[in-house]
Parts: sequence; C-alpha cells; structure tokens
Amino acid sequence: MPEIIPVDSVGLVTPTTLHIETPITLECGRILPSYDLVYETYGELNETASNAILICHALSGDHHAAGYHSIEDKKPGWWDTAIGPGKAIDTNEFYVVSVNNLGGCKGSTGPTSINPETNKAYGPDFPFVTVADWVNSQAVLADSLNIQQWAAVVGGSLGAMQAMQWAISLPERLRHVLIIASASKLSAQNIAFNEVARTAIKSDPDFHNGYYTEHNTLPRQGLGLARMLGHITYLSDQAMGEKFGRELRNDTIHYDYDVEFQIESYLRYQSSNFVERFDANTYLLMTKALDYFDPAKEFNDDLAATVANIQARSLVVSFTSDWRFSPARSQEIVDALLSAGKQVTYAEIEAHQGHDAFLMPIPRYIDIMQTYMQQVAKECKDV
Amino acid sequence: MTLRVDLQIISDWIPDGARVLDLGCDNGSLMKHLQQRGVTGYGLEIDNSKFADCIKAGVNVIQADLDQGLPQFADQSFDFVILSQTLQAINRPDFLLEEIARVGKQAIIAFPNFGHWQCRLQLALGGNMPRSRTLPHAWFNTPNIHLCTVNDFDKLCTDKSIQVLSRSIVNHEHKDTLGTRLLPNLFGQIALYQVKKR
Repeated sequence: MPEIIPVDSVGLVTPTTLHIETPITLECGRILPSYDLVYETYGELNETASNAILICHALSGDHHAAGYHSIEDKKPGWWDTAIGPGKAIDTNEFYVVSVNNLGGCKGSTGPTSINPETNKAYGPDFPFVTVADWVNSQAVLADSLNIQQWAAVVGGSLGAMQAMQWAISLPERLRHVLIIASASKLSAQNIAFNEVARTAIKSDPDFHNGYYTEHNTLPRQGLGLARMLGHITYLSDQAMGEKFGRELRNDTIHYDYDVEFQIESYLRYQSSNFVERFDANTYLLMTKALDYFDPAKEFNDDLAATVANIQARSLVVSFTSDWRFSPARSQEIVDALLSAGKQVTYAEIEAHQGHDAFLMPIPRYIDIMQTYMQQVAKECKDV
Repeated sequence: MTLRVDLQIISDWIPDGARVLDLGCDNGSLMKHLQQRGVTGYGLEIDNSKFADCIKAGVNVIQADLDQGLPQFADQSFDFVILSQTLQAINRPDFLLEEIARVGKQAIIAFPNFGHWQCRLQLALGGNMPRSRTLPHAWFNTPNIHLCTVNDFDKLCTDKSIQVLSRSIVNHEHKDTLGTRLLPNLFGQIALYQVKKR
C-alpha cells in the first residue's frame, strides 16, 4: 500500500459474496445445486441502471480488479491501471462489477470449496466449467444486481472470450463489448502450451491426482513450472531482454544450477509466489476452459454467422508483440464482425510487452480505450 | 467543423444513407460528416494516432494496411469506396484499384496530378524531382511512391475495365478554372474520379 491512497484509486474495497440456491446446469452436463459468486463493485449504479460495466478476468485473475483490500496491500487490483476515478474505465461515470469465476479459488465456488454431498473439498471432482457457463453465472449476478443491460462487458485474454460470449449468447444484455488481446479460439500452439502446463502440474508427485489437500501438501513444483512457462509466453523476447538481459544476480558465474541470471531469479520468485496464492486444480480447469472456447463450432466454424446476432458495438484491441494471442487472431474476430456488418473499431497497438501489454498503461492503448469508454458514458445518460 | 474542400466535393457525390468504406480515413472527418446524412460504414486507417478522434466522432475505424488489399470485405459490399490522397502512397495502386472496384459498387478516388505544368517545368528545366504545395516532400523521404498523371490514371482505368462515371480536375484550392477544364492534365493539381467496374 502506498503511504496515501492515490486520488485516481477506487481506494479500499471489500468483496461481496452472492449465494445462489438456483441450480446451474453446466455445459459438461453436470449440475451445481448451489454456488457462491464473489465480486467487487466500484462506483455507483445510476437510477436507470444504465451505467454498469462488467469486468471479466483472465486465467489467473480474480474479482479484485482495482483498489486495495487493506492498508497493508503491496499492490492494488490486477487492472488498477484502467479502473478508477478519471481512469479509462471511469468509476465517476460507471458502476463497475468484477466477479471471480466459477471454478476459481478466490471465493467463488471452485475446487477448494466444500462439496455439500461429501462435506470435503471438491478438489479434482469439481465439474469442468466453460466460458459459456461463466457467462450464464455472471448473468445470474447481473439479475441480482438489477442490471438488465450492461453498458459494456470488458475483458482481456480469457476475459475477452467471456465478453465475446456475452455478446453472442445474450445479445440484448450489453451495448458494448471490449475484446482485448484475445482470439475466437485457441490455436494448436496455444493448446500445446496449456498441455505442457497441465502435464507439469499432474506429474508433480505432490499432485496426488488432484487430492493434494487431503495429503496436506501442494503440487508446488508443478504449478510453479506451469506459471513459469505461462510467464515466458506472456512476455516478448524484447520485453524480457530489456527487463533482464543477461544480467547476473551476483557478479560472477559459479558453474552450478543455483540462480545465476536475473531472469532465473525472477521466474523462481514469480512461481513460488504464485503457488501460495493459486490453486492447482483451478489452474487446470481454467486452461481447459481456454482450450474448449470455440463459439463458432456450433455454426459450422463460420465466425461471421456466429456473430450475426450481436447487437453490441465492439472495440477490438491487439498488441504487436503479443505472440500468444497475436494481432492476426484479433483480426479474425474483426473480419467476422465486418463481414456481418457489425459496428466495430479495431486498433493494433504498437507495444513490446507481449500478451501482458493489455494490463499495462500504454498511452495509445489507454487513450483509445478511455475515449471509447467516454462515448459509452455519454450514451448511458440517454438510455 | 468545416470539411476539407476535396472531401466536400467527394461528400457531394455520395447520396444520403449510402454504405461507405473510407480508405485512409485519417481523423474520421469525412465519415463523421457523411454519417450526419444517414451514411453508414467504416473508416480504414493504418496509423492509429488519430483513432481517438475517430471514436469521438462516432466513426467505426479499423486499423488496416491497404497494401494488403481488402480481403476482409465481400464483393460489392459497399455503395461507395473512397480513396482520397492515398493512391500514390500505395505499393501496388493497380492491385488496390482492382480491390476497390471489387468491394465497391462505385468508388471515388482523389490523387495529386503529377502532370501539372509546375511539375513538368521543375523536371524539364530545373532537372529536379518536382515539389509543390500538394507534393511537398523531397524524393528520398516522400511517402508518395507511385505518382501518376491524369492521363496515366485514365489509361489504368481503361486497362482494368474500370468505367469513369465522372471526374473533377481542380487546382490546389479545389476550384476548377478555364485551364483545368480545357487542359486538365496540364492545369489540374488534384484529380477526383468517380468510377465503377465495367
């Protein structure tokens, strides 16, 4: 936590838990009889409930998108660069809702939650969840908040897949969709990276087929490896080079396998940090949700037909150095929207930060998003 | 906001409610102007530095490289495709012209006329690559890599089976004079063509 809360921060925030007793049938066929969704809100809902923005999180994200939970917090929420008073997603204008997805490990029902049927944690028995399931559960949350129509649904990466799914399956319930650094489906290479991550987790001797909590342990090695791999693919060669180069932690080479280069130190630090705050079964589920996402599958792989019913206007953004979700993949979404005659704006932002660029305060990117959101804010007053 | 004079001429050629694709839309001023008359469509632009202006103007802007053609658009999917002051900066103007004629039922193309007498004089007598108000760059740093004259463009249209529906050849103030009417390739500085595929 900084000494004083910055003026453009939403400040101290407290999550809320919504307990839902209405069963939800998941795409995999299984039913959750009841479930919790934990979420945060920033800003005020206006009288006509026309200024609500839904933030969808990516693979390792959660509901804590902006502000601080306590004075002791070292870092704000994961998208504090974009959400706050006077920021691109301006909490003076909007009522921002950010929810932890089903299957998550930060308070919404997931593998670490107690299965009411067994009174034990679900662990690996938690059902597979998909992007469409998340959208359905987010719609239940919207209903509970009396939000009939979002001013915009916003996401990056896996979050943008949810935003896209909202626009496709519940077209009348949003006016704008922001699809940032994403794709309409994963490529073979992307699935391959996910499979390596999963293999790392599952082959850890402490994984115990997912029942690690019952063995009072965690698959630290495996989850850490998965995170290291992820980190490498979220950055570009250039970004890593600029940040670490070949810098050594100490002055000389020691001819051993301890940390020698700064990049090794960074990766080990990131992974050891991650394994303490993230659940391995959740990580596995999230990577599968990514792999399964393919809304055009139901439409004979015709993406233009898939987006034909979209009513929302779209802002699509990609980043030049993002090789995990390259601009070409965003272009496919844009081409489909154009082909269907939809209202769309598309910007490819010059950035060296790789996939992580979508979380960075890159001036051109923020300027475009902020200007777009200002237009969205103007419309809210006319609804 | 008053519209640049060449854009005003182009605008006058486009009927209310048309579906328009504006190639190289810059800050979106033409599309904004047209949208007030019920025109719909998109602006395409390679440089996103003015996207915020486009968004403010309510213009759907798509970042795109015109050198790649218009593969994202179906045949005859727009009433008008507009290319203003951009043809000369394209890698293969002949290819883009074909693409424009494929995607648009009609097209409007505006370009600087390299056959203007001042250009001819600078090259013939001065022995230097011409520079003018409409073509201010030096030969080594100009983005205008494929300059042509009115006659050259006429010939390209003929070769590509593109019909010229109307044209307006004007001076740098976008006015037509006796000279631009009688000898357009000599006295015209800016050429505006309305064309369609034969």
